[in-house]
Amino acid sequence: MIMRGFMSFVRKETLHILRDPRTMLIVLLMPVIQVLLFGFAMSTEVTDVRVAVVAPHRTEGVRQAVRRIAANPCFTLRGYVDGTQIDAVLRSGEADAVAVFAADYDRRMNALELGEAAGEAVQLVFDASNTNTASAGAGYLQSVLTADVRSGPLPETRLLYNPQMKSSYNFVPGIMGMIFMLICAMMTSVSIVREKETGTMEVLLVSPVRPLRIVAAKMVPYFLLSCFNLATIPLLARCVLEVPLSGNLAGIACLSLLYLLLALAFGLLISTFADKQATALLISGMLLLMPVVMLSGLAFPIENMPRILRVVSCAVPTRWYIEAVRKLMIEGLPFAAVMKEVAILAAMTAVLTAAAIRKFNDKLE
Amino acid sequence: MERSDCAIEVSGLTKRYGALTALDGVSFRVGRGELFGLIGPDGAGKTTLFRLIATLLTPDAGTASVDGFDIGRDARRIRARVGYMPGRFSLYPDLSVGENLDFFASLFGVRIADHSDLIAPIYRQIEPFRRRRAGKLSGGMKQKLALCCALIHRPSVLLLDEPTTGVDAVSRSEFWDMLSELRTKGISMLVSTPYMDEAQRCGRIALCDKGRVLAVDTPAGTAARFDGALYALSGPDMYGLLLAARAAHGVRECYPFGAVHHLIPGRGFSAERFVAELAGKGFRNAELRPAEAGIEDVFIRLMRHE
Repeated sequence: MIMRGFMSFVRKETLHILRDPRTMLIVLLMPVIQVLLFGFAMSTEVTDVRVAVVAPHRTEGVRQAVRRIAANPCFTLRGYVDGTQIDAVLRSGEADAVAVFAADYDRRMNALELGEAAGEAVQLVFDASNTNTASAGAGYLQSVLTADVRSGPLPETRLLYNPQMKSSYNFVPGIMGMIFMLICAMMTSVSIVREKETGTMEVLLVSPVRPLRIVAAKMVPYFLLSCFNLATIPLLARCVLEVPLSGNLAGIACLSLLYLLLALAFGLLISTFADKQATALLISGMLLLMPVVMLSGLAFPIENMPRILRVVSCAVPTRWYIEAVRKLMIEGLPFAAVMKEVAILAAMTAVLTAAAIRKFNDKLE
Repeated sequence: MERSDCAIEVSGLTKRYGALTALDGVSFRVGRGELFGLIGPDGAGKTTLFRLIATLLTPDAGTASVDGFDIGRDARRIRARVGYMPGRFSLYPDLSVGENLDFFASLFGVRIADHSDLIAPIYRQIEPFRRRRAGKLSGGMKQKLALCCALIHRPSVLLLDEPTTGVDAVSRSEFWDMLSELRTKGISMLVSTPYMDEAQRCGRIALCDKGRVLAVDTPAGTAARFDGALYALSGPDMYGLLLAARAAHGVRECYPFGAVHHLIPGRGFSAERFVAELAGKGFRNAELRPAEAGIEDVFIRLMRHE
């Protein structure tokens, strides 16, 4: 009997979702659009950096280095220019970067390989009007040029796991963190508050069904939808954006399920505060989306934040989720490596659930 | 009335929202199988009273019980035995008529067929629209569906908060016919309405205003509380007539009442002199005849002179 009541609740909630095209768009289409948007349009990664070369002597070593640049899909070789034209080609926009080879490039490289002191062999001049492209491109170009130098005073930077600094690697965990928050917390709270606003909650409360069971039933369809997204977002990332899913998928799934529960508890808590759908939207927008986007490391690196914001970001659950997913998904670390994040998320879930249940009551006041 | 005969017993019930006192020491009893009306304008506290009885609010003072169960201690028991129909349309507009019924049936752990004797006469009227979304029903149909949903678990007490507000006159009348029918099946009902004409359909009524109950009586008994003479005044230019009558000598009160004005004479009032006085002011075709007092007249008198 109890199960029948519960299941009919779930069915009713599912019908609400299926019959509202806007909800369907938000929960099913938005994740796809965001993955594609972040992956393609909003990428800050190095693609198509045009490189001009200044080389007083086109020795075999220089030619080899230039061939390496030309062969790399991220760089387009714009040919050799004269040393006096560096500024001109950058200003005219013909090239984004100029690689200036020393006149005695081969000698200096040999010296470097032997571990002897010798000045810089190559100087890289970048158009930094777009700082993102410049810094990312400089790093990558440098790594391409020094690929066969085994030692030496050239600071050797190796970008592991994501050598091209593809932004989609970063964004996919971020998008997952945001989407689940949006669907579970925002959609659930709005759907609970809608019943308050339209007066149906009054009727539901004056029924033998326990109020918390009502709320739990409301969460089930959103939870299932999120599980669907949990499966599709990484798949989409893998197939379309070619993000490596190197980590253990079971670990990512477990972590995400925990995060879903946290988001649902958050949504329930919001619904106890708000009595209008607009209020619920506003609270979830201000309380969830803003910090999630700004402080979770999704858009801006946490390391670059002022100390105070870094402290605040610790309270944003999405931050821990994104960190953990990055470790699992991109770095391919074992589940044991994210125990700290799991513990923090579990504690947050417990606190939020307790607060929501405490605050939730079966009266109208 | 014995306590065990009470479907609803309200005693000294008070509810405040901040500085506003929505209910101020309200007391009355609804007998088993009785159709009890709460008559009063918006802001009389009717909805607050319903929510208190439905255990959705906690009173600041006083007590209330349903079938002998206290609204504070036995809320869960009360919730199982009342059918509650809030003032606003409280079904799911995006679900069909049938889906709404199915949902409420399973909410109460019953099947629609279980109490078909109770619901069938009402459901038959909306059955042709079974597949239609509830939001697309007419006002009268919506209320019939809501009534079906409220009855689905055969409640012993039915709480109906302004069920006929915003419904056309024919549907209103039909709705009251259904309530009379339910009464014969032993269901006790508390119904609120702002329409005075509907008060006649109740067994007993309570006149409410500004959070207080002014009088509790049968409709006829309530009307009979009006002592003294009453006149109906009509003629062209009704508004001018109202102002002139209020200014005329010996008139205690004059207020619009449907198509006419009701006039309560004071000391030293004479019908002939009054008509002559009006004629002198240019109201030559004004007609004044004795009228029978209704519930509304009593209500207006109680409201003004409390």
